[in-house]
Amino acid sequence: MGKLVGMEVALAAAEAAALCRFEVAAVYPITPQSHVAEHLSDIVNDGRVDASFITVEGEHSALSAVIGASATGARVITATSSQGLLYMGEVMPIASGMRLPIVMIVANRAVSSPINIWNDHSDIMPMRDTGWITIFAENGQDAVDMVIQAYKIAENRDVMLPVIVTMDGFQLTHVVEPINIPDQEEVDRFLPPYNPYATLHPDRPISMGTLGMPEIFPEAQKAKDVALVNSIRVIKEVWDEWERLFGRKYEAVETYRTDDADVALLTMGSMGETAEVAVDELRRQDVKAGLVKIKLWRPFPFEDLKKALKGIRVLAVTDRAVSFGGPGGPVFSEVRSALYDEDVRPKIANFIIGLGGRDVQVGDFVTMVKRAAEGKLAEPYEFYGVRG
Amino acid sequence: MTDKKWPETWQEVNPGCMVFRPGSSSEYHTGSWRAKRPVWDNTKCIKCGLCYIYCPEGCIAENAEGFFQANMDYCKGCGICANECWTGAIKMVNEEG
Repeated sequence: MGKLVGMEVALAAAEAAALCRFEVAAVYPITPQSHVAEHLSDIVNDGRVDASFITVEGEHSALSAVIGASATGARVITATSSQGLLYMGEVMPIASGMRLPIVMIVANRAVSSPINIWNDHSDIMPMRDTGWITIFAENGQDAVDMVIQAYKIAENRDVMLPVIVTMDGFQLTHVVEPINIPDQEEVDRFLPPYNPYATLHPDRPISMGTLGMPEIFPEAQKAKDVALVNSIRVIKEVWDEWERLFGRKYEAVETYRTDDADVALLTMGSMGETAEVAVDELRRQDVKAGLVKIKLWRPFPFEDLKKALKGIRVLAVTDRAVSFGGPGGPVFSEVRSALYDEDVRPKIANFIIGLGGRDVQVGDFVTMVKRAAEGKLAEPYEFYGVRG
Repeated sequence: MTDKKWPETWQEVNPGCMVFRPGSSSEYHTGSWRAKRPVWDNTKCIKCGLCYIYCPEGCIAENAEGFFQANMDYCKGCGICANECWTGAIKMVNEEG
């Protein structure tokens, strides 16, 4: 059952795509995604997959190229970060609107300005409404497994939507971790060859990416939304199958020591592991703390979140992006909105943390939990640890 | 009942709004947008075909005598043909009525 290797997470994520036998990669390198781009290029150059690597002139072209390739029926991969993701933004709703099962690895990084190459979630959060399934990896094993799962989810006939697998830049991409890399035969059993719903071919002309008049556009948007909302069923089926075959469990919302918890932290991405250590520390101090981790961002797992928060009196939601001039961080406002109609719901505090790679340590999470539990928050959201 | 011009409900929309019948865009008559129409003066026309080449709609065709004319179902009245015609054989005139 696979092989445990010590590997940099960016390379391992590219290896996962290779195990899926991608046929076209179009990637433009950008820190901290560059090692993904380089390794995909190596894999193609070494003939390890029967694939083309398109050296595009920018991220807009990278995504456009894989949109075209996917429309012809190829299994495709691209990857980016930060400004590159924002540059792709113009074509991202086209990929989802055309219902193409593209898989993209995003190495999360802050967006300018000031220019900053380090990790936060200010690149992925503005992409929230582009119609892509979006899954957050917490560690290297998540990254590998989620890339493979992503193709199975994306290509399902009831889904047919592009999938982003995000991993925190540097904190994950550049870290060497022990990762179980599945065998090729195992992945082949899990993921059959891509059988597209329709393809562009000169002998069988069809139109993709058509004009939608006011008479049809709202119906098309509703159809896309229903597809995204309903994809959670397939995502859970794929995760169940993964657990049966590979023994590793995935959930839309994961919990840690929440059963009897009074106060809980909520994280997304790699900080979940640090927060777990903080929860253990708080438990040693007799604070009934727990942790809730959102792994599936789109479609938003409303029911899973409500279930995970049962009995929680105070919730400290951490955000790694700012909604400037808005109601709080994007995760906070979505979580709060999800709970609005609940008769019993936790008091929610919002800490904006880890912007542009600012370190967040165990002690910081301990402090946040204690402050949230005591209700000592002067603002609806707080830039935790910001000087002044 | 004739074929529906577009799906009635969101459930009927093809995934990705794909259209499986080739050439269906020809049913969309863009000529209704037109505020001005091109009018050819064939006494000035030298049959060079630049209007045919430049027409972004592809709606200008050569007739039996070798002169050119636009299909008014699709001509949007953009005036590119008149702009490109170096003998001044094409004039844009206001649509009326």
